Amino acid sequence: MSLDVELLSRLQFAFTIMFHYIFPPFSIGMGLLLVIYETMFVVTKKPIYEKITRFWIKIFAANFSVGVATGIVMEFEFGTNWATYSRFVGDIFGSPLAAEGIFAFFLESGFLAILLFGWNRVSKGMHLFSTLMVFVGSMMSAFWIVVANSWQQTPVAYRIVTDDSGYSRAVITDFWAMVFNPSSMARFEHVLVGAFIQGAFLILSVSAYYLLKKKYVEFGKTSFKIALGVATVASLLQLVTGDISAQVVRKFQPAKMAAMEGLYETRSNAPLYIMGWVDEEAEETKGIYIPGGLSFLSFGTTEGVIKGLDQVPKEDRPPVNAVFQSYHIMVALGMFFIGLNLFALFLMWRKKLFEKRWMMKIYVGAVILPVIANQLGWLTAERGRQPWLVQGLLRTSEGISKSVTGPEVLTSIILFFIVYVGLFLVWVYVLDKEIKHGPVHLEDAPAAGYSKEEHMVDPFKDL
Amino acid sequence: MDYNVVWYMLVGCLLIGYAILDGFDLGVGILHLFAKNDHDRRIFMNSIGPVWDGNEVWLITAGGALFAAFPEIYATAFSGFYLPFMFLLFALIFRAVSLEFRSKEKSKRWRGNWDRAFFAGSLLASFLFGVTIGNAVMGINIGSDKEYQGTLLNLLNPYALLCGVFNTVMFALQGAVYLNIKTHGPLQQQVQRLFKPIYITFITLLLLLTGVTLWLKPEMVANFSFGKVAPIGATHDLIMENQTLISVLAWFVVLLNVLSIANIPRGIFRNKPYQAFVSSSCTIAALVGLFALGIFPNILVSSQDPAMSLDIYNGASTLTTLKTMFSIAIWGMPFVIVYTSLIYWTYRGKTVLNEHSY
Repeated sequence: MSLDVELLSRLQFAFTIMFHYIFPPFSIGMGLLLVIYETMFVVTKKPIYEKITRFWIKIFAANFSVGVATGIVMEFEFGTNWATYSRFVGDIFGSPLAAEGIFAFFLESGFLAILLFGWNRVSKGMHLFSTLMVFVGSMMSAFWIVVANSWQQTPVAYRIVTDDSGYSRAVITDFWAMVFNPSSMARFEHVLVGAFIQGAFLILSVSAYYLLKKKYVEFGKTSFKIALGVATVASLLQLVTGDISAQVVRKFQPAKMAAMEGLYETRSNAPLYIMGWVDEEAEETKGIYIPGGLSFLSFGTTEGVIKGLDQVPKEDRPPVNAVFQSYHIMVALGMFFIGLNLFALFLMWRKKLFEKRWMMKIYVGAVILPVIANQLGWLTAERGRQPWLVQGLLRTSEGISKSVTGPEVLTSIILFFIVYVGLFLVWVYVLDKEIKHGPVHLEDAPAAGYSKEEHMVDPFKDL
Repeated sequence: MDYNVVWYMLVGCLLIGYAILDGFDLGVGILHLFAKNDHDRRIFMNSIGPVWDGNEVWLITAGGALFAAFPEIYATAFSGFYLPFMFLLFALIFRAVSLEFRSKEKSKRWRGNWDRAFFAGSLLASFLFGVTIGNAVMGINIGSDKEYQGTLLNLLNPYALLCGVFNTVMFALQGAVYLNIKTHGPLQQQVQRLFKPIYITFITLLLLLTGVTLWLKPEMVANFSFGKVAPIGATHDLIMENQTLISVLAWFVVLLNVLSIANIPRGIFRNKPYQAFVSSSCTIAALVGLFALGIFPNILVSSQDPAMSLDIYNGASTLTTLKTMFSIAIWGMPFVIVYTSLIYWTYRGKTVLNEHSY
């Protein structure tokens, strides 16, 4: 039996990145809320905000460590499984990864030390600053990784160099043009806001759980209100960034756009599907749609012409129905977030929100939805680019490692699967335990165990 | 000096930073099971608690820098060392997670299992780093297409395994020296008792490894020979013209190595723990430096034909990328060093447990 290295490598990458991508959005979104909560504490000096900040930091830490642990894998996999790709684009693609290390990871990991362990060691102001730096670091990390990926979507600022032996690779012509390629900023904003929503929903879920259980009620209400504010603003903002992102896709990756909407025929008055099913054999899409909606959203008039899949050779088409479904479910979830949050705000204004147990129940369960939406967004972006690894330049089939064998990749997939399932169960177990344990009662907490004088050593004197 | 040489040194510096910093926390992991009770084990884990994550970033950044500056080498090494690198990843994941989750539960079994995972992850990671370096010294089977053509078993040759054991002992030593700073009282005495056999094993293995290397790979001394021994692989004018300078630098590193190794026990037993730490860090820096000087200007030596080796020229990115990356590094690294120092300063002194501890 021969094992298909390409298929296995794709499976492995999809599995490892989707698993990894559960965690960074939590870190980014919770990071924003931690900054807000802790600022409230430093400004108002109310102990409730200290309790809130300290508790969420614990949950944050569990997410963060799994995110870091699974993130290293991604950097290795470019070299291990996609070596030919790495050779081809290394001159361009490596620099954002290195920049991510230098500008983002060091910042995050350094200040994380103070965020997690520094309460008794630094002043309140310094602690808040550290929280802010961790948040900024995690956003910068998202920026550089989205830049690297965006270059694969909309490659610019390169030329192809072929040496005497006929060996070609892409080399960079302008670093900043590569960084701010046509899709970087639009995609970065969309990813970032998606992360805000995901982080806020985790806090909403746990807070709602406490309110349902009638435990830590003041804590739950205060946490919930602020998180609801962030979730509402972010979900409304996501409509804007989503629209910008879609425009960029339409302009620069028409095949992906056509797949997202299941549009086979190049036409004006292109329909916008609410939901549907693409029959890829018959090349037609059935479902509920708004006539002319897509043209109108793209050009402000139904006269606008949208390129269909008929412009794309069959072998260059992405998997249409898969892209269509992930895109549409993502959009539907986005709309649901807006509706849910606005309704909750309305109930809060009427001072009835926390009495509505069913609303609290919805929020407890809703934590999974932004995770799904973010995963689907990523799937839309990545599968929509197929069969290209770098749009128009390098096919996915051409990027795999030549020296790696099927059994090797299979072995690693099985191990990844076992390790990640275990990791996930432990993560859920620890989160569950932390949540059940609840916020520490500060008044009961032991006196700060700060290093006593006799334990301190002066490093400079010692030298 | 051209940008290729600069980037060879920068990647080298990142690796030295990694080996020194993650070296001590991997070392703490290796020594972890020697701590007798739960309190002591928690002291061990919490001594690295605030910093291990930042230490690992040196590896990630070194990987990113290798990818950016020497993509061919990144691609050949990572795909060639496929399974060892996968196991390295699993080891690092287990270690990270054990640290985070171990103390979340009071149960003895829970803690015991995570303790063993922490130990095994640290041990395996240290060992595999050594194996990788060992293979880089011995040369690996690279063909004219720049691809690795050997098998997994070729990578597990006796020399590479010896390097793996040596690296494990070196990290254990670094861990012991670090724990000597972070512990006090009876626990510190216990750490010092652990230090002695590790130090003796380290010296023995170092002498053995040096002997074996000189016997198997006499070419490794080319850059120490003032041009008397021909270097491996392609010749480059810049390097041929500067053989004297390179050799002087190389002998300086040898001297640094000898002095720093001798100073470690002095620091430990004269109660100057920081001095011992600086010495063992210099030892690691010097050993990585000796390895780097030994293979320079190659990075991956081909065992098929030295002419097919990947060096800092045929494995590198274009000058544009090297220059851009250099300005990124020049802007970024000072900040990194400032706040890394700040974090270490914040957590100076002996480790004590409080409610935020692991």
